[in-house]
Amino acid sequence: MSAVAEGVTAPAGAESVVQPQIAHGVAYYPGCSLHGTSPEYDQSLRAVVEALGIPVAEIPDWNCCGASSGHTTDHLLGVALPARNLALAEAQGFDRVLAPCAACYNRLSAARLAVATEEGLSERMPEILGRPFANSVEVFNAVQLLHGAKATIEERASDAPTAPNPLKGVKLAAYYGCLLVRPPELSGGDDPEQPVQMDDVIRACGADDVDWNMKVECCGGAFSVSRTSSVVRLGRAIVEDARRNGAEAIVVACPLCHSNLDLRQKAMTARGEQPLPILYVTQVVGLALGLPAESLGLGRHFVATAPFLEDLEKRAEIRVEEEKRSKEEADAKAAARAAKRAEAEAAKSSEAGGKTAPAASDASPDTGGDA
Amino acid sequence: MTTSSSGTLAHEIEAATGINPATCYQCGKCSAGCPMAFESDLRPHQVMRRVTYGPRERALQDESIWLCLTCETCSARCPNDCDPARVIDAVRELSIESGDAVMPRTIGAFHKAFLQQIRSNGRLHEMGLVMEYKLRTGDLMKDVTNAPGMFARGKLNLRADRIAGVSEVKRIFERCGVTP
Repeated sequence: MSAVAEGVTAPAGAESVVQPQIAHGVAYYPGCSLHGTSPEYDQSLRAVVEALGIPVAEIPDWNCCGASSGHTTDHLLGVALPARNLALAEAQGFDRVLAPCAACYNRLSAARLAVATEEGLSERMPEILGRPFANSVEVFNAVQLLHGAKATIEERASDAPTAPNPLKGVKLAAYYGCLLVRPPELSGGDDPEQPVQMDDVIRACGADDVDWNMKVECCGGAFSVSRTSSVVRLGRAIVEDARRNGAEAIVVACPLCHSNLDLRQKAMTARGEQPLPILYVTQVVGLALGLPAESLGLGRHFVATAPFLEDLEKRAEIRVEEEKRSKEEADAKAAARAAKRAEAEAAKSSEAGGKTAPAASDASPDTGGDA
Repeated sequence: MTTSSSGTLAHEIEAATGINPATCYQCGKCSAGCPMAFESDLRPHQVMRRVTYGPRERALQDESIWLCLTCETCSARCPNDCDPARVIDAVRELSIESGDAVMPRTIGAFHKAFLQQIRSNGRLHEMGLVMEYKLRTGDLMKDVTNAPGMFARGKLNLRADRIAGVSEVKRIFERCGVTP
């Protein structure tokens, strides 16, 4: 325990000796991107979990998971940086951590796996961290969270007469990229080559999931700044394939995928080509639940979502109008059929009884001419 | 237990990862799916071969290992569980240790700036990262045109978000022997 006290600042040290309490709900690890370049992912996630009634609590004083720079440089560093966050969640009494960023999810769960399986790591970790660490916290991502809630989403996404679901019949391409599904042991139970969880969520929202080829291809990840040309080459192939297969927007669950496809899309598309909106899966669910676009941060993208959203709204109105009209037509037809049947029955009974005929034709004046 | 001969690079890799790169039978499935194969001198299966049989220096001074995006497609598809992504991680680490890593200047600068941000704040401050990256590469105009748009969309924090436990993070760097 002497190692625990040494080199630790007073407030953090004080935190580590607080008795673990049983926490309710889920520990939330936003990660740097959700606090920085992707505030709309954080915003829409918080709005959706609130609407779904899932309480989340941000881990106090969390640190960066190290992302690819961490494990690319040093394996142990790539394990220890995320492990500190798991230790913090553990000290708070949580047994589950929600990491919506695919890179954070990957690093947190890779650290958990490494400490559980690599020889000597579980013994070394408390000394490296300067904190007790039992590796008892499970890690899951936003797709898993929403997939678990898909029955509720489906129920709530159905049309209300005042607010039609704008997503019904809209074609969306679920883009998983790398770190939600690879390595296969960290794919959250989904198929690493042909994942379906995000597609299931899209269908639960009332939209149509597009069958396409680039679901699990890499967007160029961390090379956004250091090798932009690679990102543009890889991103172009993804956007083109989605478009070729009829997608009206691409759905992501990773801030790196988002910024590579959104911010860099201008460099990928030819002049005159319609840009493809890139939406977070939480924004899609939020729209299906009827949350206002502003509360989902949909105005923060580089590929403007406003024209897409206006189009969805118009289509939803037309659809509701058409459904109403076809329902009215069907009702009218059914009424006419019922009247005809009544007429025929009346005619039959008049043939049989003779004297009741005038009364029957009075009862159905609209079909009286046919009789 | 290791299966590679001692004194070889393959042996060092096996000691660090438990994977003997000689178990790769060169089917090339990793390279078929590698998103950077198109831009790399050596593709993943060729890296596996070079670290097994090639001269140590040539393997450690290869630029291709730094073009790996760590997307893990190679490891997910390897039919013999050779885990090329993990091997490449280990080779990079040995390459840094050897002191003559040949990494593209921009990529090396990015990793260094990234880790420096974490070490001094505990979290990544994107603005600080980009500034430091620019100073390290001299590419001062990089993405300058995107900055106003990012700022307007609330995607650029001017101030770094420093955590209370930054000394714990420094300790982690020290214990892992990493100085960015």
